[in-house]
Amino acid sequence: MSRLRPPPNAQDHIQGRPDAPIQLVEYGDYECPFCGRAHLVVKAIQRAMGDDLLFAFRNFPLTQVHPRALRAAQAAEAAGLQDRFWPMHDLIFENQQFLEDEHLFRYAALVGCDMEQFAQDIGSDAVAEKVRSDFLSGARSGVNGTPTFFVNGERYDGSWEPEVLLSFLQQMRGVRELR
Amino acid sequence: MALEAGKQAPDFSLHTTPDQSVGLRDFRGRNVILAFYPADWSPVCSDQLPIYSELLPEFRKLGAEVLGISVDGVWCHLAFAKHRNLRFPLLSDFEPKGEVARTYDVYRKGDGFSERALFVIDREGMIRWSYVSPIGVNPGADGILEALEGLSQGRKS
Repeated sequence: MSRLRPPPNAQDHIQGRPDAPIQLVEYGDYECPFCGRAHLVVKAIQRAMGDDLLFAFRNFPLTQVHPRALRAAQAAEAAGLQDRFWPMHDLIFENQQFLEDEHLFRYAALVGCDMEQFAQDIGSDAVAEKVRSDFLSGARSGVNGTPTFFVNGERYDGSWEPEVLLSFLQQMRGVRELR
Repeated sequence: MALEAGKQAPDFSLHTTPDQSVGLRDFRGRNVILAFYPADWSPVCSDQLPIYSELLPEFRKLGAEVLGISVDGVWCHLAFAKHRNLRFPLLSDFEPKGEVARTYDVYRKGDGFSERALFVIDREGMIRWSYVSPIGVNPGADGILEALEGLSQGRKS
């Protein structure tokens, strides 16, 4: 139980080399304060691990608890259609108390989106389906809260304090090297 | 040990609000996901139940309804459901305390609340899958979805 399905693929937003030995996938919610903290942790881990790490982010908005989470996810995906996913993702997490439409549209403009296109895409069925399909893949993979991390396909239930997660990932990296 | 797949699910009638009760037999012809959890407001439960709330459309496609159940009283349930925007009934296993949890063998005597236990019950009232999670671990929904998909495949063939 609780294996990542599907593995990172072309539908995902991915940072790092596709053949990196450590693959970290996060299911997150832009309005969740824990995910806001985890965002900084992931950045630190990426800096520390460099080419050894692939990172992918999938949406898991808990819409009943976080009323702006879905819209924020759709904003990130809409920016993604213009190749601006990661700067939008960063900006949203860095400003997660401000997720009304006026803010989301300002972030989209800041990261250089064509605003007419963005305005069309944020409410489109395709973007809504992408977010829902992320959510369902998470539910099937055993996501049990946000953030939930998967490391090389297995749900990671340990602490994601930066030192703890980093040493876990480095240890896994070491084990792979020894093989 | 929690009641296992293949056993008939014991019926019950429990309050969901001060003047409404719900029983398993009200759901004959539907699959039921019975989710025992220790307590409203505990950190783990507060994550677990909203995920089921989000998944209601998928559960319904698979012919299933969700019932949450704990030893909390109805007023507590109402406040919790409202706060977390839960869109399925929470049953109050309050008097006699934990009686239904006991009939499903998931009551923790020393603690005075139930295990974190999931049961998937089919249209005829038979338990088809059950799972007890470590008390502090949110079991998520993958096991439920797999069990329900197994049931709907069984019906097609």
